[in-house]
Amino acid sequence: MSSLLEVSSLTKKYGNVTALNDLNFKLESGHIIGLLGPNGSGKTTLIKIICGLLQPTAGSVTVNGNPVGVESKKVISYLPDTTYLGKTASVKETIDYFCDFYEDFDADRAYDMLGKLGINPNSRLRTLSKGTKEKVQLILVMSRRADLYILDEPIAGVDPAARDYILNTIITNYDENASILISTHLISDIENILDEVIFLKQGNIVRFCGVDEIRSDEGKSVDALFREVFRC
Amino acid sequence: MSWNLNSDRPIFIQIMEHIEYDIVSGALPPGAKVPSVRELATEASVNPNTMQRALSEMERQGLMRTERTSGRYVTDDEKAIASLKQNLASVGVDGFIKQMKRLCLDKDEVLKLIKDNY
Repeated sequence: MSSLLEVSSLTKKYGNVTALNDLNFKLESGHIIGLLGPNGSGKTTLIKIICGLLQPTAGSVTVNGNPVGVESKKVISYLPDTTYLGKTASVKETIDYFCDFYEDFDADRAYDMLGKLGINPNSRLRTLSKGTKEKVQLILVMSRRADLYILDEPIAGVDPAARDYILNTIITNYDENASILISTHLISDIENILDEVIFLKQGNIVRFCGVDEIRSDEGKSVDALFREVFRC
Repeated sequence: MSWNLNSDRPIFIQIMEHIEYDIVSGALPPGAKVPSVRELATEASVNPNTMQRALSEMERQGLMRTERTSGRYVTDDEKAIASLKQNLASVGVDGFIKQMKRLCLDKDEVLKLIKDNY
């Protein structure tokens, strides 16, 4: 059986700047993986290649054994680090749009989460605050029944109380066969829900291991290890 | 209820300790049904895989058993629970003694403090 995600010899150059340098790794189903690294380490570049938004300079990515393309996009639910939704549409219209677009979209789930976070489905997106907009986007992404969720900075602009709710949403809403790849700087907020972490430094993987391994081998939290590995 | 998990130590070990206290204190009585992995994971705000690992480890230690179709149960072996209680107590006391030694208190002074404050 092939892995959910397989990245082999992946290199990406922007001109003469190497953003990703010969990356090789596999992700299995049913895991929550943190993609951690300082600014400019290549996290978003890697994510965009997996989602088919950038072309690699060399190497390949397969999802469930298929190359990046229509088949891979069907099973990947991606939360970008910028807003991409139409500003004039209402939340409800956006949900309808997602229903049309993705066959695995579960509108009931979306409305349920909107209710719990107290977001009115009739409000227009442009009237929402930055944090609320982020919540809406995350709800849309997590309401799909995907195999792989890729979340690029999902909680950066969200208040701590809603952060807890969102993390719980992430834990409760993915099913056992799905995996979640989360890129973030807010390590201490999310490290308790991670299975594994990938540390990315200047386009290279410097560490890929289980989080409880870090805690028992190093006697420190992932956050503390991160600060040590990437000390400026 | 908050589980107060600390990121410095393996989470599954802290989960096990938390549940062990629940078993010893009777919050999870002998033979009681253990909530599902997912419920517990949500309650503790941890990954279900981590919760699963903690519960399987407790099963391996004989503190829980799985019934194939109906879920997981706390052991009804009172002896096992009593010895768990002893273990937890001696771990706690060891830590306490170390702390008191750092304060340069001798045994009699500590015993007096315990009597006065317990």
